[in-house]
Amino acid sequence: MDTIKLTIDNREVEVPKGTTILKAAAQMGIDIPTLCNFELEGLALKNHPGGCRICVVEVVGRRNLAPACITECMPDMVVKTNSLRAINARKTVLELMLSDHPNDCLQCAKSGKCELQALAAKLGIREIPYKGEQSHYQVKVSPSIVRDIDKCIMCRRCESVCHEYQSVGAIGAVDRGFPAVVSTAFGKDLIDTNCVFCGQCIVVCPVGALTEVDNTSKVLRDIANPAVKTCVQVAPAVRVALGEEFGMPAGSIVTGKLTAALKQIGFDYVFDTDWSADLTIMEEGTELIGRLTSFLKGDKSVKLPMMTSCCPAWVNFYEKFYPELKENPSTAKSPQQMFGAIAKTYFADKIGVKREELVSVSVMPCVAKKFECERDEFKTNGNPDVDYSITTRELARLIKICNIDFTKLPEAEFDSPLGESTGAAVIFGATGGVMEAAVRTAYEVLTKQSLPKIDFTELRGLEGIREAKVNIPGVAELNLAIVYGLGNARKIMEQIKAGTCPYHFIEVMACPGGCIDGGGQPYHHGDAEIIKARHKAIYEADANMPIRKSHENPSIQAIYKDFLVEPCGEKSHHLLHTTYFDKKTKFDLEK
Amino acid sequence: MCGSKIKISEANYLKVKEICASFNNNPGELINVLHQTQGHFGYLPEEVQQVVAECLQIPVGRVYGVVSFYSFFTMKPKGKYAISVCLGTACYVKGGDKILDALKSELKINEGEVTPDGKFSIDVLRCVGACGLAPVMTINGKTYGRLVPEQVKDILAQY
Repeated sequence: MDTIKLTIDNREVEVPKGTTILKAAAQMGIDIPTLCNFELEGLALKNHPGGCRICVVEVVGRRNLAPACITECMPDMVVKTNSLRAINARKTVLELMLSDHPNDCLQCAKSGKCELQALAAKLGIREIPYKGEQSHYQVKVSPSIVRDIDKCIMCRRCESVCHEYQSVGAIGAVDRGFPAVVSTAFGKDLIDTNCVFCGQCIVVCPVGALTEVDNTSKVLRDIANPAVKTCVQVAPAVRVALGEEFGMPAGSIVTGKLTAALKQIGFDYVFDTDWSADLTIMEEGTELIGRLTSFLKGDKSVKLPMMTSCCPAWVNFYEKFYPELKENPSTAKSPQQMFGAIAKTYFADKIGVKREELVSVSVMPCVAKKFECERDEFKTNGNPDVDYSITTRELARLIKICNIDFTKLPEAEFDSPLGESTGAAVIFGATGGVMEAAVRTAYEVLTKQSLPKIDFTELRGLEGIREAKVNIPGVAELNLAIVYGLGNARKIMEQIKAGTCPYHFIEVMACPGGCIDGGGQPYHHGDAEIIKARHKAIYEADANMPIRKSHENPSIQAIYKDFLVEPCGEKSHHLLHTTYFDKKTKFDLEK
Repeated sequence: MCGSKIKISEANYLKVKEICASFNNNPGELINVLHQTQGHFGYLPEEVQQVVAECLQIPVGRVYGVVSFYSFFTMKPKGKYAISVCLGTACYVKGGDKILDALKSELKINEGEVTPDGKFSIDVLRCVGACGLAPVMTINGKTYGRLVPEQVKDILAQY
């Protein structure tokens, strides 16, 4: 490999040709500040517009300052990242940005996690010498995402993730000059656009311009209400990320402390979405086996490939962009909604309350789940199966509000009966997990034999599109694909439309690496190592479980015996399955 | 539960499709497509941008981003007779602003607006390349040069 020698801050360094000054400096331990620059290395998510100019450095012999994030190293280059000229320019750029930024850090939802605030601290900004015009836009609220565009610094990370990564294109830059702003087409509300509420725009936003709808006060209100009982479910990916909010290393598995915290906050019943993930496998796995068996018998009307339907942003995506393929995804509801449906029927009956007297809350790594709760098809007489959802970040805030010292909490167990789960359920939190859980069950159900090995490592990994073949002896060799990122999902959908898709079953998750990097997770600020640590922790949590196959969950077996009768049976069909709608924008042609 | 429905006349829908097709529905031709579409309709209303987005297979936000970025593109309808007043350096020095004022008081509208009957609209531009004739205005492409404010009334009366 060709390498280049150069000098940065009086030290020599040798880097491969094509390396930017920013990366060369980083490997020397020089931390040049950035703002618009963003990259989740290894997960194909990036934004390098070179637009904000916070990273400017002095290059000896060059007339103007160079943006380090997009300037490649050249032989014998002499770079000064901390010359007076560079420091002054960087400060001026930041001061100009701050002169059009609301000075409301105290009540900003991003306070303490804001990259602009951190930068002002790092550069030692003590006054803003520029008084000029300020942007004033209305705060826009959607079911999942709040947009406070006065805080936008036009880094356009959200636009990159929405257009290039997710291939959705709901938000982007409009107008020019001072009024230029990130907005929707024609300034519409997100709900009236193609937005799928994945929330990756929130994840990458360096400031408080994009945040989640905050439901923490609803939780406190309902817990204090003596007229209702409260139950909560916690999604798999929350337990491998929540610890980060309390200074624990990324990848800490905090299931026991998390359960204890929810009890201390005051929920009457603390349950586990992992339980309903096992239930999902029973339903979705049975549906897959049904479709495959018909297909192998020669029924060509069967819709294959079957696709997973757990991810609510993915559901929104195919309803809005590929309604012609809406029969391909499994009709099984997501684990969140299966849980809600059982909580408001079976469980409410068991504890002797009406569904209106039971508030069902979910803790999710996701903001699209907030929208999912609000879907009309998941309500009975206007009462939702899941009343509302909070993100991992909101739970961390609740824990702090409730004076709980998280790291010192003793571990607790989930309540029964909707709390028991298996290793197959916890891996739902990572890309490939739903697929592996389904294969573990489908294999044993179809062959009536015990799996020779539980771990399907060929289904694991962090590449955006993965394929694998799994042989089910005496039945078939299954062609499987696992996809995350909706841009990747779009490629698969186009294959299906063209009739060139070779797969039987496809797992799709909208977010990078699956739910572990969902739109509601603690901010990683572009550090891919955090995602990798959460990914590893998910599989560790699986390996630690005594039972690792969904169909062996005794509490799942019990609910089929007592209540549901059989997977994909009449009762399941009514409670645990759904239909999808055509939500594509259409033209109403007038003669 | 359905997606949004965009109302547009069939004739206009087909016209936009035809323009896009003449550029092979190539998203790289977005600006040219918009230029020609505006040439036909006089402006680029939302429903027209939606059809362009569908034909070129790009998010409508991309189309709107371009339309809102370039001052040449407009989402407001123009009058049947679109008046453009040049305020480029030469015309300005020769009193282009006074021509504009005369038009505004005669038609009782501001620049960027259309008369209530839809007949006239006034826009301002910077240089039409006829500096020798300054001050200049154009009406639907026809150039009027060496203007004095008193002529405005008579010129408008021809339409």
